[in-house]
Amino acid sequence: MEQDGLLPHLFRTEYSKIIAVLCNHFGIKYIEVAEDIVSDTFLTATELWGMKGVPPNPVAWLYTVAQNKTRNYLKRDNLFEKKIIPDLKNQSAGTEIDIDLSSTAIADSQLAMIFTVCHPSVSKEAQVALALNLLCGFGVQEIADAFLSNNETVYKRLKRAKEKLREENISISPPSVQMVAERIETVLTTLYLLFNEGYYSVSGQHPLKKECCMEAMRLNLLLLANTVTNTPAANALMALMCFHASRFEARTNSKGAVILYEDQDTRLWNSELIENGLYYLNRSAGGSGISKYHLEAGIAYWHTHPEDNKEKWEAILQLYNKLLILEYTPVAALNRTYALAKANGTEEAIAAAEKLHLTDNHFYFVLLGTLYLDQKNTRKARTLFQTARDVARSKNDQQLIQKKIDELKDKP
Amino acid sequence: MKDFLFLFRADYVEYAKRSPEELQSMTKKWMDWIGGIAAQNKLADRGNRLETGGRVVRPGNLVTDGPFCEIKESLGGYVVVKTATIDDATEIAKGCPVYEIGGSVEVREISVI
Repeated sequence: MEQDGLLPHLFRTEYSKIIAVLCNHFGIKYIEVAEDIVSDTFLTATELWGMKGVPPNPVAWLYTVAQNKTRNYLKRDNLFEKKIIPDLKNQSAGTEIDIDLSSTAIADSQLAMIFTVCHPSVSKEAQVALALNLLCGFGVQEIADAFLSNNETVYKRLKRAKEKLREENISISPPSVQMVAERIETVLTTLYLLFNEGYYSVSGQHPLKKECCMEAMRLNLLLLANTVTNTPAANALMALMCFHASRFEARTNSKGAVILYEDQDTRLWNSELIENGLYYLNRSAGGSGISKYHLEAGIAYWHTHPEDNKEKWEAILQLYNKLLILEYTPVAALNRTYALAKANGTEEAIAAAEKLHLTDNHFYFVLLGTLYLDQKNTRKARTLFQTARDVARSKNDQQLIQKKIDELKDKP
Repeated sequence: MKDFLFLFRADYVEYAKRSPEELQSMTKKWMDWIGGIAAQNKLADRGNRLETGGRVVRPGNLVTDGPFCEIKESLGGYVVVKTATIDDATEIAKGCPVYEIGGSVEVREISVI
């Protein structure tokens, strides 16, 4: 890797790991100190590597420098001497503190941090932003880009959330059975949102989007590696992510434009990820109850079958029925109606679609238009696509819909 | 929005005599119907099926085994929908597959205590 790209890459992969270990060591109260130390480590790297070249093992270099900076900080800082050191548990006398940056310690610290970030006192949006910042090493600007938000909003949201964690003095500890029972749902929701932010977000094909997905999968794997957090629902979520991620290469063209499912080159689907998905889907069986992740993973599983037959769509329809009974979302309602058309016929689906009244959603009009087109009613389809284009907010969506309208040009 | 209880009545003993294929196709119709209500965000409670056996308790601790399964209109299950008016709820009830087996849907507004 070229030096220009190396530091940003290492920042992404290593920043959050060192932060997690330091927070785990000091407690969440001193989160800013941890952030300062790690930022300072990367600053030193930028300066020194630029002059002297990249060290042979950059990651080990970063860890050593971070450890040294931590020790110096502890020696230097009076506040630390008086306040933190008595706080530190299992600490021998003196300031010779051992900061363990082994891969096990990193994994343990990050797993503990996931549960800290997902503490009920932190709001849902803030949890995702915090996860991106503290667990995935995304900066304020990057989070703002990913969320289609501005820097100030994200900055404030992160600041408030970190203050909250400090105020409540949430302990960072390995997830206990009780903690898992209380917070695993929030943890899974956060990972799910993190993945979806990357996968479905309207702000086009920013390169960070794919990384959002990869990070969500990496954090999910941390859950699966721990016996307490390796729940059926966590496996189902992992399966869902694998199935979706298998289409990464097929869903955009070389210019970054979206390619719809029906038009994708199925040879670009990643069979290894599909197999992994199946593995986790099998492991998600057992336990009591079926989560929405089970149902969504089931739907995603059927979408890995390229053939367009009745059996597939009947299975998908029933999964959407169950999903909607469990939890209503407009997206699920629209997708169910599409599956209904494929399984039971267009006529029934049009009747069902017209009861949805999702008139502020452009997908609603696209769906209705597609169904009318299927019935050879071009005139009605055109009007519906035009409404869809006017309702759509993002340029990307407007362009996709305009293409559909253009295709109808020469038809009656 | 108000909650309305749907009570399903039919001759479930007759119904159970149907072929496995017919039963399966009936299950699909139920799931499609309930899924359709949920897709409109109008399902308040997915409800449950009721077993055919039961007991009736009357004054003086008089307990009888419910003869429910033998009557033509025995209670087989319920769901709760949320709509603005009873007319809207009734419209939804018209799509119920219970009529195919000669049953009925009773629509009742739930008055919250």
